[in-house]
Amino acid sequence: MHKIKTFLLKNGPLLATIAIFILVYAIGGQLYPAMKKPQVFLNLFINNASLLIISIGMTVVVIMGGIDLSVGAMIALSSVASAALLQNNLNPILVMVLMLLMGIGLGFVMGCIIHYLKVEAFVVTLMGQFFARGMAYVINESSVTIKNEFYNFLALTKIHLPYFEKAYVYIPTLAGIVLLIFTFILLTSTRFGRTVYAIGNNEQSALLMGLPVARTKLIVYSFSGFCSALAGIVFSVSLLSGYGGYAQSMEMDAIASVVIGGTALTGGTGTVLGTLFGVMINGIIVSILQFNGTLTSWWTRIGVGVLTLIFIGIQSLFYVGKKEK
Amino acid sequence: MSNPNNEIIRLEGISKNFPGVQALHKVDFCLRKGEIHALVGENGAGKSTLIKVMTGVERCDEGQIFYDGKETVIRSPLHAQNIGISTVYQEVNLCSNISVAENLLLGREPRKLGCIDWKAMNKRAKAIMQDLDVDIDVTQPLGSFSTAIQQIAAIARALEISSVKILILDEPTSSLDAHESDLIFKVMRKLCTSGVGIIFITHFIKQVYEVSDRITVLRNGKLVATHETNSLPTIQLISEMIGRSLAEYDEMKKSEFVVNHKKALLEAKELGRSGEVEPFDLELHAGEVVGLAGLLGSGRTEVAKVLFGIDEPDSGSLSVDDQMIKKHSPFEMIMHGVALCPEDRKASGIVGDLTIRENIILAMQARLGWLKFLSKQKQYEVAEKYIKMLNIATPSPDQLVKNLSGGNQQKVILARWLATDPKLLLLDEPTRGIDVGAKAEIQKMVINLAAEGMGCMFISSELEEVLRTSHRVVVMRDHEKVTELSGEVSEREIMQAMAGGE
Repeated sequence: MHKIKTFLLKNGPLLATIAIFILVYAIGGQLYPAMKKPQVFLNLFINNASLLIISIGMTVVVIMGGIDLSVGAMIALSSVASAALLQNNLNPILVMVLMLLMGIGLGFVMGCIIHYLKVEAFVVTLMGQFFARGMAYVINESSVTIKNEFYNFLALTKIHLPYFEKAYVYIPTLAGIVLLIFTFILLTSTRFGRTVYAIGNNEQSALLMGLPVARTKLIVYSFSGFCSALAGIVFSVSLLSGYGGYAQSMEMDAIASVVIGGTALTGGTGTVLGTLFGVMINGIIVSILQFNGTLTSWWTRIGVGVLTLIFIGIQSLFYVGKKEK
Repeated sequence: MSNPNNEIIRLEGISKNFPGVQALHKVDFCLRKGEIHALVGENGAGKSTLIKVMTGVERCDEGQIFYDGKETVIRSPLHAQNIGISTVYQEVNLCSNISVAENLLLGREPRKLGCIDWKAMNKRAKAIMQDLDVDIDVTQPLGSFSTAIQQIAAIARALEISSVKILILDEPTSSLDAHESDLIFKVMRKLCTSGVGIIFITHFIKQVYEVSDRITVLRNGKLVATHETNSLPTIQLISEMIGRSLAEYDEMKKSEFVVNHKKALLEAKELGRSGEVEPFDLELHAGEVVGLAGLLGSGRTEVAKVLFGIDEPDSGSLSVDDQMIKKHSPFEMIMHGVALCPEDRKASGIVGDLTIRENIILAMQARLGWLKFLSKQKQYEVAEKYIKMLNIATPSPDQLVKNLSGGNQQKVILARWLATDPKLLLLDEPTRGIDVGAKAEIQKMVINLAAEGMGCMFISSELEEVLRTSHRVVVMRDHEKVTELSGEVSEREIMQAMAGGE
């Protein structure tokens, strides 16, 4: 009994997120029976691959007590930059590697400014956002189409799942899943991951405990940069184009997903698994609206907004409950 | 042999300037193998800065450090740790969100395939804590344990660092009760026999004599002297620390209090809150100081919280000045002329980034309501008045509070509540973590306030202090009021009541 109670207290926000997801999905299935098809479920992963990837990076940053507003713009930059490079007939693998290096590089620079110059992460990454978005338009003001066989292959190859007939995902979808598993292990069972939690709780304490605070912070921002560049590649693969206007304010969707997933913006608590459900809740609302067909897509925003508020409420209730113990 | 005196570390002529303050001025210090060396001095004497220099948090402007006989520059806390200097700070500097095991071992955790080997880690952590006679579930987050356990975990972590040669304990016992302090002293002595040098910083003079071999006294950033503990009388130590004679300490006498048979200012009947404090009766009269004694966790703070409406009582009644309190909230109590100085000044009292003036005005403004404007001139008047009255050491009322020493911060909080002109003042550990001189001043102030007709409740873990200030002593044990002593009370009587001995 006691064990169940501590388990509930410890994982309350996460369980609440999962419960809401199941609830929303059940309502959707009830309203539109077609939603019960496995492919609709998989489409959540396919359609939200980029959001999932940047949200994973964002989760790590937020657990550490930081924030990264540059991720949406980084998607645009890496999509348009890779399209431009592919136009010049560069090897597609090389292009991807370059994009990832660029993401890591920009994240690293922002991390350095945040840590060594002690500038607020909010300000630094906002500037990073301006830079990336601006740079994307500097490269090309209009949308650039990608005509590359390797990209076509990635975009169109369906991977069929065992046991489910006609259910499939695309190759880029897997990137998000692999990243999710990797980050889950990273956060829960490595020194690096636990250091991230420690910094999120109290940076000064972490420093005095002799933990490598500077290195960890730089790696975390670089990791977020890596994630957003990867998301940009996934984005450009699925749309087979690059454009400076892609992923407008997607960083806010990512932050909302992270919060809905039970990660506190104050840092120190949260899971990447919760973020997955945060992203999926976002996706399921979109799906329901699509199935409905008469409501405007802006209802998604309202739905996500209301949910985010509810979740922040639930979280603080949990923390109040814990403190009174 | 490079260091014939068994010295582990020797600091020579250390100076350190901060903007506007010379924190250290040509200080010498040395620590021998296997000794417990007490570092004492008033707040602002430079103890913390000296420690920071030794642990690489700050670089000294002048002077040399010889570590193990060789001149060394200590570059960072990590570097200090690596060469064998570990520190446990006054505030528990661990992370409350992760488990005790992680707090103990993170950075040196056992690993399997690059991942943390949780099983081995928890087992090792458990063993480490058991070595210190603490048996807890190390997988629980640190924040779910008491401050005492957290402090012991902090020491355990410091010990875990391979081959500790110097262990610095910065007021480790300031939040512990006698039994828990003893636990730590036991560990300290054990470590000494294995050759570790311990630097022990504390405000408890008694503890200095209890464990230390040598004492170094600092005052105003300068070295006063280093003594063998055996050959230093307490009186001399204290006068060296505060730089003035103890006369004013002695002449402090509480005014005689005669219960005038008027109604009590505050009257609690069967007031209680389940799980926090058992129902109790309490009366506070104008002009009276009532001491509240008890061990850590005996329910002292809970009494104050229930009285002040922070925790809503679920039984009994409370009246102030014959008026029944119906809605229990701090706001309501402030309106009835009650003020509370909370226990943890950093967490729930002081706003470090505001000036002294602004901090003092806060509660006054709240009482007036936000719409009534308090003119700048009036604000300065109030601030100046209390700075003078409470002897707050500051160049101006516009100094940021975070730049003040602990004792002066405490005075600012006191000033804040005095400015609301309360009839009743609840003080929860007002002298915790501040130096001897400031302690005496605050005690004197409480006595004076009572003499002027205010009712005071004085909560403290230091019996001597309770005895010196209070007319009546209420003793708490296990969340229950066990007895009330008045007249000539002896320390022995209180201790017996606290311990529950017959």
